Amino acid sequence: MANQQFDAIVVGSGISGGWAAKELTEKGLKVLLLERGPNVEHVKDYKTATTPPWQIPHRGRRTQEMLENHPNLKRDYVLNELNLDWWAHEDTDPYVEEKPFTWFRGYQVGGRSLLWGRQSYRWANVDFEANAKEGIAVDWPIRYDDIAPWYSYVEKFAGISGNRDGLDILPDGEFMPPMPMNCVEEDFAKRIKEHYKGARHWIMGRPANITEPLPGRAGCQYRSKCWLGCPFGGYFSTQASTLPAAVATGNLTLRPMAIVRRLIYDKDTQKATGVEILDAETNETVVFDSKIVFLCASALNSSAILMRSATDVWPEGLGSSSGELGHNVMDHHFRLGARGEVEGYDDKYYFGRRPTGLYIPRFRNLGDDKRDYVRGFGYQGGASRSGWNRDVAEINFGAPLKDALSKPGPWSIGFTAFGEILPYHENTAKLSKDKKDAWGMEQLVMNAEIKENEHKMRVDMMADAAEMLEVAGAKNIQTYDAGYTFGQGIHEMGTARMGRDPKTSVLNGYNQVWDAKNVYVTDGACMTSAAAQNPSLTYMALTARAADHAVSELKKMNL
Amino acid sequence: MSINRRDALKSMVLMMGGTMVGSTAILTGCAPENQIEGLNFSPEDIALLDEIGDTIIPDTDTPGAKATEIGAFIVMMVKDTYDGENQKAFVSGINSLRSNFKSENGSSFEDASSEDRLAFLNKMKADADAGTEEAKVIYMLKDLTVLGYFTSEIGATQALNFVEVPGRYDGCIPLKDGDKAYAI
Repeated sequence: MANQQFDAIVVGSGISGGWAAKELTEKGLKVLLLERGPNVEHVKDYKTATTPPWQIPHRGRRTQEMLENHPNLKRDYVLNELNLDWWAHEDTDPYVEEKPFTWFRGYQVGGRSLLWGRQSYRWANVDFEANAKEGIAVDWPIRYDDIAPWYSYVEKFAGISGNRDGLDILPDGEFMPPMPMNCVEEDFAKRIKEHYKGARHWIMGRPANITEPLPGRAGCQYRSKCWLGCPFGGYFSTQASTLPAAVATGNLTLRPMAIVRRLIYDKDTQKATGVEILDAETNETVVFDSKIVFLCASALNSSAILMRSATDVWPEGLGSSSGELGHNVMDHHFRLGARGEVEGYDDKYYFGRRPTGLYIPRFRNLGDDKRDYVRGFGYQGGASRSGWNRDVAEINFGAPLKDALSKPGPWSIGFTAFGEILPYHENTAKLSKDKKDAWGMEQLVMNAEIKENEHKMRVDMMADAAEMLEVAGAKNIQTYDAGYTFGQGIHEMGTARMGRDPKTSVLNGYNQVWDAKNVYVTDGACMTSAAAQNPSLTYMALTARAADHAVSELKKMNL
Repeated sequence: MSINRRDALKSMVLMMGGTMVGSTAILTGCAPENQIEGLNFSPEDIALLDEIGDTIIPDTDTPGAKATEIGAFIVMMVKDTYDGENQKAFVSGINSLRSNFKSENGSSFEDASSEDRLAFLNKMKADADAGTEEAKVIYMLKDLTVLGYFTSEIGATQALNFVEVPGRYDGCIPLKDGDKAYAI
């Protein structure tokens, strides 16, 4: 029987894959969208999205069983009884930690687009120029001007709310109205602006939560339960946004439970002819043919698929001719910052649960500021009043305790820093020679760590947070460092970087694999450096740009 | 966890014996490695915990913790979320509370006046704050009572302000006397 044929195959249905599917189907291509996990239908499968607290069995606390079964997920907030099915489990999908690596994956339709933090920031030109200027790794093959129109394009469709702050380091975009700051944040942000004379800014976060309706999406209801799936389509996810658009074209075939083992590569044409999947329900191997393939399986998994492909030509896999496939793993190092108490504002409160906080764009190593490390970091945080779960150690049991906890507690404010990790060749994710997962596929072996540049940066990340809180007027300021293991930022990047030279990069300036031009990799794998901003908006823009390129090349018969 | 530790936890339950909390433990079944296998609580245990909970968060203009079945909630949380060490501390702490109350007040906790109960638990808290190990179960009782109560339907919707779908965000509004904190 002949293989089923498509114009394009998209591997992975998360943020990048959803965009690829939307763009390619809208341009008239017949697209097969493959997802390794089960389907999650918009609204219908958001099983806990409206569960009130009293119906949450352990009220959000972790059971010993959860802790025992999830040694990796338990390393951070992701281990939660409400959406445990949406995080890949360690038993069926293990990996090898040669060095500590925390890999939080979403193996279902929508991937981590259902679970992401939604912070959506443009990169600035300094981010694209940094490698070349500092002689680190390789130069990005693109500049801000190449991607700026695509940022605009994806922002308008995805729906990003934010203030136009006019900052070079964090370019403005096509924003819906921003969510407001609360009383404390507004006053403190003013003091920061005055004190640092415009060199540091506390701005409203720019989340992919919509403050105005979009077609089929009512908009944010300020429930702040985004990561359970939003029945109101309040935030950008594959389900709320790109998938309905792709389905509406009539050109999309979605196939869940399809684990891609490898691309089929044709030596003579130097192109991929399709993909081989393992059906996760029947264990059957199926091959699909297509003219082009978009790998959007999440950074490390996209590279793993390349590593399993064309091994008869290149033992290390398709795209390995540069020696960079599986190298230069990046993330954002974080989990440190400062917090403090806020005096006063006792008669002030807010209404609603804002699903974002403030953002402090990078200010280090810019202009005249020179540190003993390169690059920089940003912060996320904000102010709020504590509630019933605060400590009131001094109050007696009985009516006094009940009464106290029924009222809002004092205000506090805090920020967590997110720092850039440099692309180090020796930071790798490669296939294991002997260890396999439940599907018989080679496990990934993680061997990555932060180094001197990041450790020096962490000193500032903590101290600067405390300094700014002090300036802003917080009291009893405490710094914290909860420790960081690689991957914990859930911003895995690199392993198939873009570049200008096939000898030193895996992808070209349009995300095409140098060694197979009809294969595009547009998720985090393609990143040449990491910047300090949350990366998903850049994946969206790169994916839309690559899809446009692919269709134009197909028309020119170049692929 | 080694087999030895698991056996040690089993032995601990057996040693407690008698009419103590946890005495209905059946040492079979499957529990996570580091928990007491088969830890269970009797209806009397749950009734005692209801009264303790209701002393910590009493009936006022809104119902207290007992109305939310706090005893059943506490034992469920101890069984599911506590590790073996904490389960052991909880069980022995409750046993001490029971016997200490009786020796100090001459009656059981359940039969005592609400004033005596409150005074006893506040004293326990003061002792625990001063470092008395035996009294530290009071932290667990307070923690689970507060958690269970304010996340219960009664606590969330009557003692607190439960706004399921706010629909908007106002960053700065006045807080008036008597305004409640948000439940979520």
